[in-house]
Amino acid sequence: MNRVLVYIEHDDGVIAETSMQALTFGGGLGEVEVVSVGETALGGWQIQHPLLTDYAPEAIAESLAQLVGAEMPGVVLAGGTERGNEVMAHVAALLDLPLAANVTEVRPSGDAWDLTRIRWGGSLLEEATLTAIVKLATVAPHVIEAANFPFRAATVFTPELADELARTMVFERVTLSEGITLTTAPVVVSGGRGVGSPEGFAVLEELAGMLGGAVGCSRVVTNNGWRPHSDQVGQTGTRVAPNLYIACGISGAIQHWVGMMASKNVLAINNDAEAPMVTKADYAVIGDLHPILDAIVAEVRRRRAG
Amino acid sequence: MRLLVCVKRVPAPGARINLTEDAQAIDARHLSFTVSPHEECAVEEAIRLKEIHGGSVTVMTLGPAEAEEQLRYAVSVGADQAALLVTNGSDWDPQATAAALAARIAEAEAADGVFDLILVGNESADSGGYQVGVRVAHTLGRPIVGGIKGLAIEDGFVSARRETGSAVEVYRLPLPAMVAVKEGINLPRYPTLPGRLKAKKAEVASAPASANPGGLVMNRLLTPAEQKTTTTILGRGPEAAPAVVDLFEELGLL
Ligand SMILES: Cc1cc2nc3c(=O)[nH]c(=O)nc-3n(C[C@H](O)[C@H](O)[C@H](O)COP(=O)(O)OP(=O)(O)OC[C@H]3O[C@@H](n4cnc5c(N)ncnc54)[C@H](O)[C@@H]3O)c2cc1C
Ligand SMILES: Nc1ncnc2c1ncn2[C@@H]1O[C@H](COP(=O)(O)O)[C@@H](O)[C@H]1O
Repeated sequence: MNRVLVYIEHDDGVIAETSMQALTFGGGLGEVEVVSVGETALGGWQIQHPLLTDYAPEAIAESLAQLVGAEMPGVVLAGGTERGNEVMAHVAALLDLPLAANVTEVRPSGDAWDLTRIRWGGSLLEEATLTAIVKLATVAPHVIEAANFPFRAATVFTPELADELARTMVFERVTLSEGITLTTAPVVVSGGRGVGSPEGFAVLEELAGMLGGAVGCSRVVTNNGWRPHSDQVGQTGTRVAPNLYIACGISGAIQHWVGMMASKNVLAINNDAEAPMVTKADYAVIGDLHPILDAIVAEVRRRRAG
Repeated sequence: MRLLVCVKRVPAPGARINLTEDAQAIDARHLSFTVSPHEECAVEEAIRLKEIHGGSVTVMTLGPAEAEEQLRYAVSVGADQAALLVTNGSDWDPQATAAALAARIAEAEAADGVFDLILVGNESADSGGYQVGVRVAHTLGRPIVGGIKGLAIEDGFVSARRETGSAVEVYRLPLPAMVAVKEGINLPRYPTLPGRLKAKKAEVASAPASANPGGLVMNRLLTPAEQKTTTTILGRGPEAAPAVVDLFEELGLL
C-alpha cells in the first residue's frame, strides 16, 4: 500500500480544517501517516527540534525532507494554504522533485498521476501529469469534506538542523484582537468603482453595522486608495463565504468572483442590468446604488423601530 | 543596493475566461496583458527601496518576446534594467522556469555583483504554483519568506512582515535574501510621461531560454462547471428597499 505522509498545521493541538481535509484526501490515495511539528503529540510522526519554536518554513521543510529520505513514502501532502504551499515548495526544492499545488483530484495512472489542479485562483482548472518517485502535492481548500481521522501513537522524529536555518523563523509575533472580520462576517457589504468615492462607503459601513457584517471592496477601490487592501475580495485579496454578499457597483470580473463565489446568497446592486455580477447573482436591484442603499438603511431602521 | 524583481506576463481576462481550441491557453485575442497584482507591488516596493537606499532595480521575465511589454511597463515606473528570457510562448513548468531564471540571475550576478534583495510575487496570476521563487532561492542559496506585506532594510538585514488571520509575524533575513510579496504591501504608482518615454527607448537584454522540463506536465486547461443561477430582480431604484429588507428577514439577518 502507498504510504502517504500528510503535513498538518495545528495551533497548540487544534488542527486546521484544511489539514483535516488533506488527511481525508490522502486517505483516498493510500495509508496516511500524520506529520506534525511541535510539542503536542498528534500521532504519526512528531517532528521535534530545539530550533523549531515557531513557524520556520526552511527548517520545517528540511525536517520533512529528512523524514522523506528516511521513510521513502510514495506521497507527501499538505493543505493548500499559505503555509502548506510554502513548506511544500521548500521540500520540493530540497529534494529536486516536482510539486503540484492546489490539487482537486488525483487519478493514479501506472506510476504517474493524472491530476486536476486550480489555476487563476479557481477561475480555471488544469489537467496535468505528475511523474516522480515521491509525489508532492497540496490539496486545494474545500474540495473534500473532512472526515474523522483515527490518530494513533506518535513517534518522535528528530531532524538534524543547521543553526543557519533559524534565519527564516518568525522573529517576532504580534497577536491581533479579533473583531468581526471579512472572513467570519455573516454578511459582507461590498463596494466597487460604482460607489464613486471613499465617502461613498459611509452608507455601506452603516448597513454592514446594522447587519453585524463587514465591508468589502473590489480591486479598483483599493487601487484608487479608497479602502485599505485588507478589505479587498478576490483572487489577490480575501476569500469570503458569507450567508449574504451584497455587491454594490461591482461589475463581476472573474478575479473578483472567485473571491466571493462561495457565498450562500448574492445580491447585486448595479445600474447595469447586463453586468455579469447581476446575471450571476441570486438577487438584484437595478439602479443607482446610493439612493437604493439609503432607502434600504431607512427601511431596516423603520422595521427595527416598529 | 542591487534589487531584482521577477514578473510573469499573463492575459487579463474580464468576466469570463475563454480557452483556445486546443485548450492549452486562454484565448487572448481580445485581451490585454498584465502581470499579477502581487508582482506589480513587488516592482513598486523595489523602486521605493531604491529611492531610500540608492542603487538600481532590474526586472526579469521568462516568456514570449511580447513580454517585453511588461518589462517596459516596469521601466516606465522606475526600474533601471530589463532582462528577458525568450521562450516560444508555451507554458513552462515551475522547475524549468526556476532553473532558467536562477541561471540567468547567477550570470547577471557574476557580471555585475550580487543582488541584495530579489523580489517575486507570492504566486503567479495564471498558474499559481507557489514555488518558482522558493526554487530560485534554493538554487542561489538565499533565504526566502512568502506572504510578505511589509519590508524594511537595515544593517544588512531585511525585516519582512506577514499577516496571518490572527497575528502579524515579523521575519528578519540576512542579506542577500529573497521575499515573495503580496498585493497590499503598497499602492503602486502610475507611469509618468517622462517614464513612458524612457521605457520606449530602454534596452531590453534578450536571450533565448533553454528548457529543462520538470515532472509536472500540463495537458490541458478547462473551465470549472458554472452553476446556473436565475436572478430574481427585487426591483428598480429605491422602491426595491422593502423587498430587500424582506430578504434580510428571510435569511435571518435582522
Ligand atoms: C491577476 C488579476 C487579479 C485580480 N485580482 C482581483 C481581486 O482580488 N479583486 C478584485 O476585485 N479584482 C481583481 N482584479 C481586477 C478585476 O479584473 C477588475 O478590474 C475589478 O474587479 C473591477 O472592479 P469593479 O467591479 O469595482 O469596477 P468596474 O469593472 O469598473 O465595475 C463597476 C460597476 O459599477 C457599476 N456602476 C457604476 N456606477 C454605478 C452606480 N452609481 N450605481 C450602481 N452601479 C454602478 C457599473 O455598471 C459596473 O458594473 C484582478 C485582475 C487581475 C488581472
Ligand atoms: N515566467 C516567469 N518569469 C519571471 N518570473 C516568474 C515566472 N514565473 C513565475 N515567476 C515568479 O515567481 C512567482 C511565483 O510563481 P508561481 O510559482 O508560478 O506561483 C511569480 O509571482 C513571479 O514573481
